[in-house]
Amino acid sequence: MAAKKLNTKDKYRLLTRDLDWEFSYEDRKQAFPFEEFEGIKITDWSKWEDPFRLTMDTYWKYQAEKEKKLYAIFDAVAQNNGHTNISDPRYANALKLFLTGVSPLEYQAHQGFAHTGRQFGGVGARIACQMQSIDELRHVQTQVHAMSHYNKFFDGFQDWSHMHDRVWYLSVPKSFFDDARSAGPFEFLVAISFSFEYVLTNLLFVPFMSGAAYNGDMATVTFGFSAQSDEARHMTLGLEVIKFLLEQHEDNVPIVQEWIDKWFWRGTRLLTLVSMMMDYMLPNKVMSWKEAWEVYFEEAGGALFKDLARYGIRAPKYAETIEKEKEHVSHQAWWLFYSYGDATAFHTWIPSDEELDWLSEKYPDTFDKYYRPRWEMAKKMEAQGKRFYTKGLPQLCNCCQIPLMFTEMDNPTQLAYRDTVYKDERYHFCSDGCHDIFVAEPEKYVQSWLPVHQILQGNCGGPGLEDVLRDYYRMNVGADNLDMKGSPDEQRWNSWKGVA
Amino acid sequence: MSKVYIALQDNDQSRYIVEAIEDDNPEVTVNYMPAMIRIECEGQLVVRRETVEDKLGRDWDIQELHLNLITLGGNVDEDDDRLSLSWNA
Ligand SMILES: [Fe+2]
Ligand SMILES: [Fe+2]
Ligand SMILES: [Zn+2]
Repeated sequence: MAAKKLNTKDKYRLLTRDLDWEFSYEDRKQAFPFEEFEGIKITDWSKWEDPFRLTMDTYWKYQAEKEKKLYAIFDAVAQNNGHTNISDPRYANALKLFLTGVSPLEYQAHQGFAHTGRQFGGVGARIACQMQSIDELRHVQTQVHAMSHYNKFFDGFQDWSHMHDRVWYLSVPKSFFDDARSAGPFEFLVAISFSFEYVLTNLLFVPFMSGAAYNGDMATVTFGFSAQSDEARHMTLGLEVIKFLLEQHEDNVPIVQEWIDKWFWRGTRLLTLVSMMMDYMLPNKVMSWKEAWEVYFEEAGGALFKDLARYGIRAPKYAETIEKEKEHVSHQAWWLFYSYGDATAFHTWIPSDEELDWLSEKYPDTFDKYYRPRWEMAKKMEAQGKRFYTKGLPQLCNCCQIPLMFTEMDNPTQLAYRDTVYKDERYHFCSDGCHDIFVAEPEKYVQSWLPVHQILQGNCGGPGLEDVLRDYYRMNVGADNLDMKGSPDEQRWNSWKGVA
Repeated sequence: MSKVYIALQDNDQSRYIVEAIEDDNPEVTVNYMPAMIRIECEGQLVVRRETVEDKLGRDWDIQELHLNLITLGGNVDEDDDRLSLSWNA
């Protein structure tokens, strides 16, 4: 008679929990040196729940199947000149920002989970982190493979990892993960698994990827959703981490709350880049940033915090500001990038008249009042041959590293600006959120590598801006940067399409 | 009561999974978006192995759901026969 098949629960117990061992001749505390210094108290690791109970053998089986499906599509895209099927050549610029800004974060997540997983005394947490670490490596690899096809036909894809480490606006995502990875293991999980993966990455990987499909980009939607199929597991890890920490000891509650406040704010700032990808860089639009925010942040996040209220956890700090910002950030961000379009490794443009109308319709309370007039002015200037670029380098926020470009939310014509003095030096911030994060850990943030400061200190070559862009950032100046209009990208597209 | 949700890739397998979810949870709302299907409802949503097997006409492991899953919201509870999503508040 054939042996009875184990059920998932027993299999999980045998293949994960059962593989752990006791420390009989080594000091357990020395084996897990980072477990206590954040002040988190764990009384019983066996209470850790992994609802998916995935074991390593099943993990490989399903991951292999996902990869086979994915690579079949990559092949099809390459064989069928998939790059000519995108809705509009401007769309490729969203991918450039994705590859230089997001894909390297997948690699950081891979490293972060490998390190963090090692630091936990509980075997359930270690295994979940190990699988996630492998997932994240898969994500960066599949993204590089998908984009390698676009790299053959468009500018700006060639030096993504070099650029990630140096280019001014890419320090926004880079510093976000550097901050998380240099924190302790529990803060890392609250930052990445819970705040970022459970709530915020949905905004990038769900509506944006659906947008990729809508813009004819089969390769991107496929890697996006293939990555997301792992994400459901990562999100669940995030939620379980939070519940576990809160149930282990009441002293953990205020520590976790402080991390939630910090990381939701950091994440919200980071997503500013995604907001403009959604509203401005997708030529065919699925939903506005504001609508996506309402579904994935307000509704999904709201349900989550209602559920966590029983532990004494409240919604993240600055929620009122965050709620108002959904009406503004994408417009403020794209305007910033347009005005620094000579220093970006992707092209910028003025929205078309239909796109302006769409924005007016989607943002009835703010767009016509504050933002449409700017674009009408830019249009007029461009028509007169006076396309303007902002001269001079921007002041960066010493926390999120975004140029000071956000306005006060109660007065959208007034630039927001905060500062503080620490050890006789003055530091600048874009918001109360960033200010408070700095003040809570000044010794960490005084070490921030701020691209503008580095340029001014002569650490990025120069002396001219073009020298920095060409030699230090490795941009192909004149091809990667400047307007979409008149770019080599546009010329190539027109020649593929037989347009003069 | 808050809403739980699940989103699946819009493909041939998901079609049957969505049908099964609709049968087992008559109160769900199904939204079709480019390349994806988002299903939501208040309180609780259950995916049952048996119902999916009926629709597919073959054996189906509840963990196969991972192949087509995009995102979800709610506390997850999974065993060999079902996956459920729920909120406590
Ligand atoms: Fe990832
Ligand atoms: Fe992830
Ligand atoms: Zn800031």
